Amino acid sequence: MGDALLELRGVRAGYGGIEVVHGVDLVVERGQVFGVLGPNGAGKTTLMKVAAALHPPTAGDVIVAGRRVNGATPDQLARAGLCLVPEGRGIFPNLSVRENLWMNTYAGASMADVEAAAYAQFPRLKDRRNQTAGTLSGGEQQMLALARAVATRPAVLLLDELSMGLAPQLVEHLYDAVVAIARQGVSILVVEQFAKTVLGAASQAAIMVGGRIVKVGTPAELEDELSAAYLGGH
Amino acid sequence: MQLLWTYIVSGLTTAAIYAIAATGLVLTYTTTGVFNFAHGGVGMMAAFTYWQMRFGWHWPAPVALVLVLFVLAPLFGALLELVMMRRLDGTSDTTKLVVTLALMLATIGAATWIWNPNEARPIRKFWENSVVTVFGVRLPWHQVIALILAAVVAVALRLLLTRVRLGVAMRACVDDRALASLNGARQSRVAMASWAIGTSLAALAGILIAPTLNLSQLPLTLLIINAYAAAMIGRLRSLPMTFVGAIILGVSTDLLKGYADRISSWTSIDSKFLSGFYQSWPIVVLFLVLLLLPQNRLRSHTATRNREYIVKPTWPGTGLFVGIIVGGAIMLSYVLPKADLFSLNKMWGLGIIGLSMIPLVGYSGHISLCQLSLAGVGMVVMHHMGAHGNPIALVWAAVVAGIVGFIVALPSLRLSGIYLALSTAAFAVLMDRWIFVLPKWKLFGYSFDLFNGGNLNIVKTRLFGMRLTGYRSFFVFASVAFALVVMVVVLIRRSTYGQRLIALKDSPAACATLCMNPKITRLSVFTISAAIAGFGGAIYGQAMQSVTPQSLDFVAGLSILMVMVIGGLTSPGAALFMGMFLGSPFVANVAGKVVPSFSQLQTVLVGLVGIGLGKNPNGFIPSDIRPNWNIFLKHRAALGAVLVAFVGLWILRRADVFDNWVFAWCCLGLLALAPVVLRIITKEPFPPRREPGAEVPKLSVPVDQLGLTGPVSDEDARTLDQMLALPSVSG
Repeated sequence: MGDALLELRGVRAGYGGIEVVHGVDLVVERGQVFGVLGPNGAGKTTLMKVAAALHPPTAGDVIVAGRRVNGATPDQLARAGLCLVPEGRGIFPNLSVRENLWMNTYAGASMADVEAAAYAQFPRLKDRRNQTAGTLSGGEQQMLALARAVATRPAVLLLDELSMGLAPQLVEHLYDAVVAIARQGVSILVVEQFAKTVLGAASQAAIMVGGRIVKVGTPAELEDELSAAYLGGH
Repeated sequence: MQLLWTYIVSGLTTAAIYAIAATGLVLTYTTTGVFNFAHGGVGMMAAFTYWQMRFGWHWPAPVALVLVLFVLAPLFGALLELVMMRRLDGTSDTTKLVVTLALMLATIGAATWIWNPNEARPIRKFWENSVVTVFGVRLPWHQVIALILAAVVAVALRLLLTRVRLGVAMRACVDDRALASLNGARQSRVAMASWAIGTSLAALAGILIAPTLNLSQLPLTLLIINAYAAAMIGRLRSLPMTFVGAIILGVSTDLLKGYADRISSWTSIDSKFLSGFYQSWPIVVLFLVLLLLPQNRLRSHTATRNREYIVKPTWPGTGLFVGIIVGGAIMLSYVLPKADLFSLNKMWGLGIIGLSMIPLVGYSGHISLCQLSLAGVGMVVMHHMGAHGNPIALVWAAVVAGIVGFIVALPSLRLSGIYLALSTAAFAVLMDRWIFVLPKWKLFGYSFDLFNGGNLNIVKTRLFGMRLTGYRSFFVFASVAFALVVMVVVLIRRSTYGQRLIALKDSPAACATLCMNPKITRLSVFTISAAIAGFGGAIYGQAMQSVTPQSLDFVAGLSILMVMVIGGLTSPGAALFMGMFLGSPFVANVAGKVVPSFSQLQTVLVGLVGIGLGKNPNGFIPSDIRPNWNIFLKHRAALGAVLVAFVGLWILRRADVFDNWVFAWCCLGLLALAPVVLRIITKEPFPPRREPGAEVPKLSVPVDQLGLTGPVSDEDARTLDQMLALPSVSG
């Protein structure tokens, strides 16, 4: 067992008394890409929000780098090295690319470092640095969102539906970047509705259905289980 | 030519002050999504505080300026964010707006309380006697300073928002607050900074503008409100366009004033008819800008969970409510002295004006700040047509006010939220500054004198041959009128029309897909509500007997809205509460014993309670009183007993066993204790208080599994009722 950077223990969460995540346990180790797969409404995004402190759990613990962080605010977690790229485009559309990157300096890195790291991974962003982010193409916007993950060198990276609305080729390119980030020792938790994209990049994965994790294993072990999960076999 | 140049240059200095005020407003709006209606009030408070330090205590000007602009104002702004604005998450735009309106009322009330408005407070300009000549125009230094400061503010804000990380974070929060905190930006700190800066800018504008008129609470507040037109030209978003707007506004205002005589001779309209128009010019600009400029979608942060709900009254409950009102009025009319009844008469008219807000603001979510002006229209009609007590005049009051309401609604059809509120505010200010104070005029041989030279005498109605001049008969008649309007409002709520209003408020897009025509619904609700307000005005006017335009001013209308919101804008009971609070001497008498200068305390109190709305956006009647009294619907006998107890108290009072004060306190005590006692006797649980942030009660199993593993327990059923805001049906 390697060292776990992100651990969820018996996490339960819901909206207005209606529980949607019914006790989830997960361990993501250093340098690992962990994929959580499941159909619409399985509670994946809620789980992500709980891990990033955007939504309070009703029970259970969130542990980042061995420390229990229940009750922390999202900005405290962000400065402590946890980075969530939320569903949709995780960017500020009315700020320029450069100003978007500037927002990444709250975690401690200098602006020069942030820019250098971001442009090294996504050179296209450098050409567009003074452009308003809202006018970038979908893929470029997602690159900008990922650039935050590259630039702030977090310990834990949470990616929610990275592939949403993007061309398959672009998705492949983005996932290459994800694997490269993991190689630097970052623990990555990926949530995706479309399984194939993740299984290629993940080293470990779990299937989530109806607010519960029903199976954990390597991508190869899970492939057979997937159709059952999506078609309601569980 | 020289004259024109002089007006343009002096207009530019006015523009500078407007620009400073408007940028503060735009800054807080863009960064926090809250349109701070109280901006004018805050600037006014700052001007008074500066006067106190500089001229009251004779402190040196630099010390007073630094203290007000860089210490007190930013602190006040940060405090506002901390105690008020932060709690507004998950509330509608209406609530957000109403909270800032409440703050405005509170500042006006507090300033009037602290600084007696009847004392003159001369405030000198900076370097009063020095002038500088620019392009042949002699400019006082004070105006030059205003121009320089406006330029400094423009440059400083530009630098802050693009060159400083805090400024970039402010803009980032506009786009996505959650994402900003995922980046590590401390949201609260960012919001506090923008409130602090916005408040300081309001303070600067207040101090600069104060010497141009005598230091006086209301005019000063309204003068800063003029700057809202500039902010609207900037579409509440663009700072450069806000400056352009300020220049248009400032220069056109000064040109109009300067050329007033010539305009009168060109148009052959006597200048006395136009003076009110000139004074209201910035408001006219505001109105035009709202109507003509394409509007952005309002940028408010999506509420993940709306904390507001609308209760549907039942007919038996309404019947009981109406019966108690009329019965209570008859009983009261026999125990209260004539003087008290005379002043209590006003409560019914005010109550009806309050009821007019329920379909419009409560059900459909259109904020109207001109209901009192529409009531004023009703009064004018009543004065002219009901001179001999003709009851048909009441119908005419409703019809004419309804038509005026329709006309006001017509151009505002595409406006909503803040824009609609501002346009109705502009209408209200236009009415009380210009139309209601117009002198007598002649048109096509007919003579018009709307407000009878500034004082309307309204004669009481004659009904079935009886004149309702007796204090008792009018009191009962007005209560019946109030009760009838309550039934109309309940009818609206229970009809499909009422459902349509609520559906349109919740999701205009969904309604469009269901083939509803939002325009017709909207026009009709404006017209109905205006008609009710006009009718209410006619009754209110009869109670006051003599009405001046000042009693219909914009701020008085705000107090009515505010007390309605505190009670609960969707509940007819709130109208009764409002009528009693603002229209009866009872509250004033009680508080007058505690605090002598109560009239201001009343405004401050209304403001302060309104500010607390973020905590309970539904008002106290639907969230506290109704759930408490719901138990009587199950125990009819207990209800009968309470009613009998009231009658018993009344009989004792009639027999002079005790005086009116004891009677009033006993009635209040009975009202408060009856549901508690009944709950203790029947051992029914007390309704849970709806506190935001309080733990939501949990079901024993997830809701989708409820009933699968066994029968639904009573506890779960109660919890579900509570989660869905239903009256308790379990047990």
